[in-house]
Amino acid sequence: MPLLTQQIQDEDDQDSLVASLDNVRNLSTILKHATCFATKNGIKVTVENAKCVQANTLTALRMCYQGYGYPLRLFLEEGGVVTVCKINTQDPEDTLDFDFCSTNVINKIILQSEGLREAFSELDMMSEVLQITMSLDKPYFRLSTFGNAGSSHLDYPKDSDLMEAFHCNQIQVNRYKISLLKPSTKALVLSCKVSIRTDNRGFLSSQYMIRNEDGQICFVEYYCCPDEEVPESES
Amino acid sequence: MKCLVTGGNVKVLGKAVHSLSRIGDELYLEPLEDGLSLRTVNSSRSAYACFLFAPLFFQQYQAATPGQDLLRCKILMKSFLSVFRSLAMLEKTVEKCCISLNGRSSRLVVQLHCKFGVRKTHNLSFQDCESLQAVFDPASCPHMLRAPARVLGEAVLPFPPALAEVTLGIGRGRRVILRSYHEEEADSTAKAMVTEMCLGEEDFQQLQAQEGVAITFCLKEFRGLLSFAESANLNLSIHFDAPGRPAIFTIKDSLLDGHFVLATLSDTDSHSQDLGSPERHQPVPQLQAHSIPHPDDFANDDIDSYMIAMETTIGNEGSRVLPSISLSPGPQHPESPGLHSEEDEAEPSTVPGTPPPKKVGTGGGGRGRRWGRQQPPELTCSLCSSAHCSSAPSWPLYAPPRAPALCWLKTVRVKAEPRT
Repeated sequence: MPLLTQQIQDEDDQDSLVASLDNVRNLSTILKHATCFATKNGIKVTVENAKCVQANTLTALRMCYQGYGYPLRLFLEEGGVVTVCKINTQDPEDTLDFDFCSTNVINKIILQSEGLREAFSELDMMSEVLQITMSLDKPYFRLSTFGNAGSSHLDYPKDSDLMEAFHCNQIQVNRYKISLLKPSTKALVLSCKVSIRTDNRGFLSSQYMIRNEDGQICFVEYYCCPDEEVPESES
Repeated sequence: MKCLVTGGNVKVLGKAVHSLSRIGDELYLEPLEDGLSLRTVNSSRSAYACFLFAPLFFQQYQAATPGQDLLRCKILMKSFLSVFRSLAMLEKTVEKCCISLNGRSSRLVVQLHCKFGVRKTHNLSFQDCESLQAVFDPASCPHMLRAPARVLGEAVLPFPPALAEVTLGIGRGRRVILRSYHEEEADSTAKAMVTEMCLGEEDFQQLQAQEGVAITFCLKEFRGLLSFAESANLNLSIHFDAPGRPAIFTIKDSLLDGHFVLATLSDTDSHSQDLGSPERHQPVPQLQAHSIPHPDDFANDDIDSYMIAMETTIGNEGSRVLPSISLSPGPQHPESPGLHSEEDEAEPSTVPGTPPPKKVGTGGGGRGRRWGRQQPPELTCSLCSSAHCSSAPSWPLYAPPRAPALCWLKTVRVKAEPRT
């Protein structure tokens, strides 16, 4: 089954957009104000928080939108039972363009999620920031927190079984507000793999690959801007 | 200092820290020649706990770098506990745990080596401190009992998790009795349920105590040691003395030993004393009259005879089936309201021959006992034909404590040694 079928012009409905998907997954924990982008490759639902975090998800659902002024219609079908939702739309604000393009990516790693899940759940919440270090030699990939008690470092060596890909071009140390990253743990819990990329500005892109029961793949993507300039490393 | 814990011992260490966290907010870590000691004391100084891990517990143990003094430190319990927060995760993913004390950087470094090459390093700030030592000597306690922790764990299972204090005593027939303890309150209707567990002498590996002795201590703090001892499958010993004297709970095996010293509620009726006595802290027990239990105290508390009394009343007294026991100790009748009494209200009449609705009591069947303040009924025991319950069965601790707060303080003397 294709992830979605997109028909730009449906002669029956005269909808501007019809998209149908056959399995709804519960990725909508992050949806508050969602902006929908319909692209050739799929529907992107974008959510923003304080203009510095963006989470995108490609989901599956039959959505019909007739155009400006009309409500968004959602059709959910499960076991023969059809639920129809009509959601009033709002004028979209411009979503922030994080301007994160692959060409600017400096470092990229792909990790199996099982290694990160518990670590993220045990992150010291007394720490305001999560510091991510990617380096050519030890510690390779390090997550650090700085709380009242002292600092904690979580190191993943590049030759670990959990590390599927490790591409590091230069050493980068960036800090991100933990409160902004916490929402991504939900996607982490559901995912099987995560890709973490940082670009030349220190912007973080994390993509979570989620495989549902049917074997279909969805992605949830987070962007986060760094908290401040790279500090000296603390012990 | 540097020590390395491997395999299953990492979880044991984690469990010990969890146990200690039930007592105090600060952990005193001191590497000694005979092992690593972890100690804590609670804020009111009424509970002290100590675990000593022998060098053999560790794959590597170095108390101090050669040429250096032994370092010791005090860290926030919360910080140290955060390293071992998830015991399940420790068991599943942690292969080794390395603890080292770096005097230069004032950091206690705990490094967990996990599966897949993942390494978790915690740099915890600490404070220099004096050695925390409590003055106590189990050998000086006249009473002692020892049982597998599992037995005691099962015995405290029926008690409500929120219960603060429990009374442990020896009853008639050398039974060990655990009973929930409730302080007197002006509106004590809330504390309607009293729970009691009875263990036979045969459940204990050692029981060296006279009938009638009893102490009351904090159950929550005791549970801390109990859960550790159960998970490590160890025997737990309780050494105790007169009420008011600290009770010492110990566990031991070849690789570690643990001591929890808890204050006990003082016996505040006219026969005992000693709240102001400076000698209270001495390990040597005082040979005074109060320390010898009354022969009546608790020795008459015979649950079997109550049951018999109950059976004889069915049909005699339609609505009241369970005998009510006066709680006053001996001739004294406490003025205060005492434990709540539902049977002061008129009971709804019931169909004779059928048991009335059970209001107060614990356990199943007819074992529940009513706690009340009315005069005991005239009952004759079918076995011994003596009048039952006419004299108070009492146990000194049924009496409302007059000044419970005081006896909790300073029961454990903590000796601070200046660092040399």
